[in-house]
Amino acid sequence: MDVGFCLRSEAAGAMRTALMSAENLQLTLKAEPSQEERALTHTKRGPEETHKAGNEDLKEMLESNKESLKLEAMKRVVGLIAKGKNASELFPAVVKNVASKNIELKKLVYVYLVRYAEEQQDLALLSISTFQRALKEPNQFIRASALRVLSSIRVPIIVPIMMLAIKEAAADMSPYVRKTSAHAIQKLYSLDPDQKEQLIEVIEKLLKDKSTLVAGSVVVAFEEVCPDRIDLIHKNYRKLCNLLVDVEEWGQVVIISMLTRYARTQFTSPWKEGASFEENNEKAFYASDSEEKSERTEAEAYVMDPDHRLLLRNTKPLLQSRNTAVVMSVAQLYWHLAPRHEVNLVTKSLVRLLRSHREVQYIVLQNIATMSIQRKGMFEPYMKSFYVRSTDATHIKTLKLEILTNLANEANISTILREFQTYVKSQDKAFAAATIQAIGRCATNISEVTDTCLNGLVLLLSNRDETVVAESVVVIKKLLQTQPTQHSEIIKHMAKLFDNITVSMARASILWLMGEYCDRVPKIAPDVLRKMAKSFTAEEDIVKLQTVNLAAKLYLTNSKQTKLLTQYILNLGKYDQSYDIRDRTRFIRQLIVPNEKSGALNKYARRILLAPKPAPVLESAFKDRDRYQLGTLSHSLNSKASGYQELSDWPAVAPDQSVRNVEVVEPVQEWAPSVGKTKKLKSDDKFYSDNEEEKAEEESESSEGSSSSSSSSSGESSSESEEQSSEESDKTSSDSGKSSSGSEETSSGSDSQQKKKKKTKKAPQKKSKTAAASSDSDENGNGPVVKDSSSSDESSSGSEDDSDSDAAAAPTTQQQKKSDRKPGPKVKSEVEVSLLDLVDFSPAPTNAPKGPVVSPSLLSDLEGLSLSNTSSTMQVTAPSFGPVKTYELLHHMTGKGLSAKYHFPRQPCLHQPGMVAVQVTLSNGSDRSLEEIHVGDRSPASLNIHCFNTIERLEPEASVTVSMGIDFSDSTQAANFQLCTKEDGFSVSIQPAVGELLMPSSLSEQDFSREQGKLLGMNETSATVAMATANASSQAVKQRVLSVANVGEVPSGQDVAHR
Amino acid sequence: MIHSLFLINASGDIFLEKHWKSVVSRSVCDYFFEAQERASEPENVPPVIPTPHHYLISVLRHRIYFVAVIQSEVPPLFVIEFLHRVVDTFQDYFGVCTEAAIKDNVVVVYELLEEMLDNGFPLATESNILKELIKPPTILRTMVNTITGSTNVGEQLPTGQLSVVPWRRTGVKYTNNEAYFDVVEEIDAIIDKSGSTITAEIQGVIDACVKLTGMPDLTLSFMNPRLLDDVSFHPCVRFKRWEAERILSFIPPDGNFRLLSYHVSSQNLVAIPVYVKHNITFREGSSQGRFDLTLGPKQTMGKAVEAVLVSSQLPRGVLNANLNASQGTYTFDPVTKMLTWDVGKINPQKLPSLKGSMNLQAGASKPDENPTINIQLKIQQMAISGLKVNRLDMYGEKYKPFKGIKYMTKAGKFQVRT
Repeated sequence: MDVGFCLRSEAAGAMRTALMSAENLQLTLKAEPSQEERALTHTKRGPEETHKAGNEDLKEMLESNKESLKLEAMKRVVGLIAKGKNASELFPAVVKNVASKNIELKKLVYVYLVRYAEEQQDLALLSISTFQRALKEPNQFIRASALRVLSSIRVPIIVPIMMLAIKEAAADMSPYVRKTSAHAIQKLYSLDPDQKEQLIEVIEKLLKDKSTLVAGSVVVAFEEVCPDRIDLIHKNYRKLCNLLVDVEEWGQVVIISMLTRYARTQFTSPWKEGASFEENNEKAFYASDSEEKSERTEAEAYVMDPDHRLLLRNTKPLLQSRNTAVVMSVAQLYWHLAPRHEVNLVTKSLVRLLRSHREVQYIVLQNIATMSIQRKGMFEPYMKSFYVRSTDATHIKTLKLEILTNLANEANISTILREFQTYVKSQDKAFAAATIQAIGRCATNISEVTDTCLNGLVLLLSNRDETVVAESVVVIKKLLQTQPTQHSEIIKHMAKLFDNITVSMARASILWLMGEYCDRVPKIAPDVLRKMAKSFTAEEDIVKLQTVNLAAKLYLTNSKQTKLLTQYILNLGKYDQSYDIRDRTRFIRQLIVPNEKSGALNKYARRILLAPKPAPVLESAFKDRDRYQLGTLSHSLNSKASGYQELSDWPAVAPDQSVRNVEVVEPVQEWAPSVGKTKKLKSDDKFYSDNEEEKAEEESESSEGSSSSSSSSSGESSSESEEQSSEESDKTSSDSGKSSSGSEETSSGSDSQQKKKKKTKKAPQKKSKTAAASSDSDENGNGPVVKDSSSSDESSSGSEDDSDSDAAAAPTTQQQKKSDRKPGPKVKSEVEVSLLDLVDFSPAPTNAPKGPVVSPSLLSDLEGLSLSNTSSTMQVTAPSFGPVKTYELLHHMTGKGLSAKYHFPRQPCLHQPGMVAVQVTLSNGSDRSLEEIHVGDRSPASLNIHCFNTIERLEPEASVTVSMGIDFSDSTQAANFQLCTKEDGFSVSIQPAVGELLMPSSLSEQDFSREQGKLLGMNETSATVAMATANASSQAVKQRVLSVANVGEVPSGQDVAHR
Repeated sequence: MIHSLFLINASGDIFLEKHWKSVVSRSVCDYFFEAQERASEPENVPPVIPTPHHYLISVLRHRIYFVAVIQSEVPPLFVIEFLHRVVDTFQDYFGVCTEAAIKDNVVVVYELLEEMLDNGFPLATESNILKELIKPPTILRTMVNTITGSTNVGEQLPTGQLSVVPWRRTGVKYTNNEAYFDVVEEIDAIIDKSGSTITAEIQGVIDACVKLTGMPDLTLSFMNPRLLDDVSFHPCVRFKRWEAERILSFIPPDGNFRLLSYHVSSQNLVAIPVYVKHNITFREGSSQGRFDLTLGPKQTMGKAVEAVLVSSQLPRGVLNANLNASQGTYTFDPVTKMLTWDVGKINPQKLPSLKGSMNLQAGASKPDENPTINIQLKIQQMAISGLKVNRLDMYGEKYKPFKGIKYMTKAGKFQVRT
């Protein structure tokens, strides 16, 4: 009693404190300036009124002050989600609780957020700041879960924030947070594949991580994002091999399958050509770890690469794992990589897996089936493990049967056949039928038992079950065909059974046999035909066809007896309902019945119809499965699953081994995330130095033979170089002057690029000055009002014009030619690609698209420069910031071969100032050429589109890039129009993002604020993201904004105000 | 990797869905239902089903289908293994894994699923770690929580996640330190009509329940380790030590876990503990059949055979069975045609038998096959392979733990063809 009382009073006390704290929390929440909240209440109104009582109470509970009520409400909401009910209208009420102190409540809110953020992107943004704050928490668990949720919110606008968070987390000192960042990489990649390059860098960095916790996750990311970048693995190969045993089991699976692929490209084949491995495998069975040089003396001695051996040695213990997936992946690794005699190691473990769950059995049996075709010896000792039990599921039974059939040989066939006899009697008739098939296969494969099998099958013909009989008939037919000896007895027997068999396939088979061997049963065949003539109309199609065949064959061999019958049947067939049968009848009649019209064919009728036919080959359904890597989904389905990576063949000569040598072990640098600005800067520095290293590497590469490489990179890079410069501009003061000198600097840089990285680094700095130079004057900036502003823009526009018209006329070839002509500048620009990719580490955008740009002048300068010599059609006209994002306009499936993609070159439109330039790439994926591609009807009718010229003809596999201008009238309304070819028209629509509608121009701060004053409230599109102060390095912000929208920055005195 | 998970009950209702990436409409399950319709038995639904845009990988346990939706290439076993792990976890948390239990604890289920996968890749599947993150619901805790407002959700990163022994949490304390090991062996066998053994093998597991304070380091050695032909370990077992000395050396997880599963080498002849005398006949023409079954102990090394349960799937033509059991009770389900006979303990002096007649459907022909008989049994205090644990030692901690080892033999898939 006492105790109870104590407990209660304690509990009451605890409750009071809890309530207090809850109330405090509520207060603090209230106190927080809440533009967010106001926004919330605004948006809430709408659905609230429309929606009836249903979730009303939930909403009230969520908005109450009591923590417990909220929790209760959230639990019910989660219940709704679990049931698949829509709870999205609660979004505003739920999101408010994201900052709750109650961890369970918070977690449930996370669950909700991840589920619905995609649908309510704007509202979801309100929660971002909470996560950003949590990313700085000292508690690693909180940091990790914040990153998890942040990266799980599929809202494209926060891509930059995610990128930054990932980069920071990748350098976190907690391996758990680093692991989470590896997971986040894949999420970001699936959200925005354009971030690939940057993500690869993070992956590269994480691959170097020594923590076993991280290894698995980063390899998953690697497989997802850049499975072809095998070069990233080299240096980490040995480390991964050594860590493997300690990695958590799921990571092991992924690492092993990745290493399998890796090894197939890096090592030479351990399989000797033409050597028969089957014989001597017993001997070498246990001599696994020695490097087996002795036996290899005969031919060109094969010495296994020590790294190859390392992999095999380190994976072997994992065969003992309790995780079936790990065992299977080791098994496939041995199958694909180990010398033949070592593969046997895996047998035991695979057989052990058969004890596991039904589904596991299914997959393992499938793989064993494939293996057992090539290597009978491997599983023969374990044959009994594949005996079928009556309690097995049907698909398990069939697989076991398959394996037993594969394992059958002269020695064990009698045992197997005895076992099969039991199976044939099974109550599961589908299985019994499969057994009969299996017996047939054994009979053809092992000639000793053919007769026994045949006799057994004939006995089955008297079975009571129809499917069994039918299957026997079909199999006997096949067997007789392979052995056209004296089996007339069997045929006679079957003829007798004919009346009792009703399964059409079996009837057809018997008829075919009669016809084929009618000379062996000359008396019976006509009689069968007579019966058939009687029942012809009632038969199935397949039986009718065989009847016609039989009639024809008999007519040729025994026309005396069967002439009339044949004619009768042919007449019946002539008026049959099925056109197949009518066709066949007509054909047969012309072939066999001589008349004046029939030509030479008649003479050959006998040879045509009674030609000796090759026997069918009975083989395993798993015969061709070995083209897929074992253990994969593709193998299981026997068709290529999406995302399947082919296993390459062994290289004839092993690539350089030294790439895997690791010389210097760099200590992994870690920073505590909460340490603030100085540290932050340091990490930045690191990025930079990375940049340079990388660049140096790439420099040499690109200088070698890049002139033929795609021109796209050149365009992109030239634009991106500005990015660099504009970023740099912030550091240097915004004084103005000599714009041209900057651009000259770059061009000169191109000559001397190989000299030193520092050089290039300097160049952009100078450029930035030019950028600032043009930043005076010029009004405007908001909306797509394209007013060519800065003078330099104009200067370049002429040349752009040229290139555009070029594009319309003869795009690809032209492009090619031009880039060929000037290899020099091109090389240069490629160098910069690498540099720029790295620059995009991304801070938070504050108030996104609402302002003009600094750098267009510089852009155009550079452009003008490059235009005068290179000019690849579209890229030069694309001074876009960051990678160009391409959207799909028309898929080739829906477009009957015609596919179209579009992107916004972020370029003033040439056709009309109010228009937005759109580049459309049309390509022909069909096998015929498409003609007269043009733009057809459009809607809304007022839509103003400047169409491209009609394309006369597009050859298969060719593609054309054309540019259009669309006046979106400052709205994000989609432009719908028709894309027509000669025959068809396809409706397509282009929906612009707000950022794409903007026109960059530059103006001074005063001008800007004046303009802003005018425009206030009109076209505000804000993406509010609070920014951690530590990140507020201004160039970073700018970078960010640029990548979201086609805008620039006002050189502003206040460092904080980025627009 | 794993996109979404749907839980479907026996009547085909989707009662839970969880998405780890963007939402996949539940209409994708229609493909599953199609496959289910095609399959005659619930077990016959293929585990991997391709659909135009996704792949469905399913697992059936406790009459619930766990259907995972996959979008691209992934080892199917990976998914299957994971799904089974999910079921095990549910069982661990709620005692049973039924639709009712899942529905009652839907929030915990959701929290668990959230922790187990991140972006479709397993994050925490170790029971010790999960229990630190989300405490299993008990009546007491639920009450305390409602009163005090505390939660079931842990705030700290589970200690195991970062350590080199992720399976064990730190700071374990017990007043009674004890370690129990169960050696359980199962006999899989097929006996043919005449009573001779077609195939027989022994599979065994050692399940442990370890409740020890601190970080104990245990070693377990066998009298006859050679018997173990093929083994698979819990990750805690040091493989090198086993390779070299055939000794199990490990830092155990806290609580229940499976230390080892093994296969006894097939050279050894397997002792079959029971024999079955049977005479099941159907006469041609008449609608009657005779059923006669007698069980007896065979090689049991003097131990009693307990908990014997005989079941048999009679042919479809059988309408009902009129039998007489000398011991125990029998039931016959006329719908599934399943005959079960709960025998209990076999008394060697008075052998249990089940005799009587079966009635066939009028006009039905004689079934071609006699039914297979499945037998379940238990023998306490004996491992049929003869495996014996030699000793268990503990290092690293000072106290003296209480140790216990139990042996048991069970029938696994033990079938007699008649």
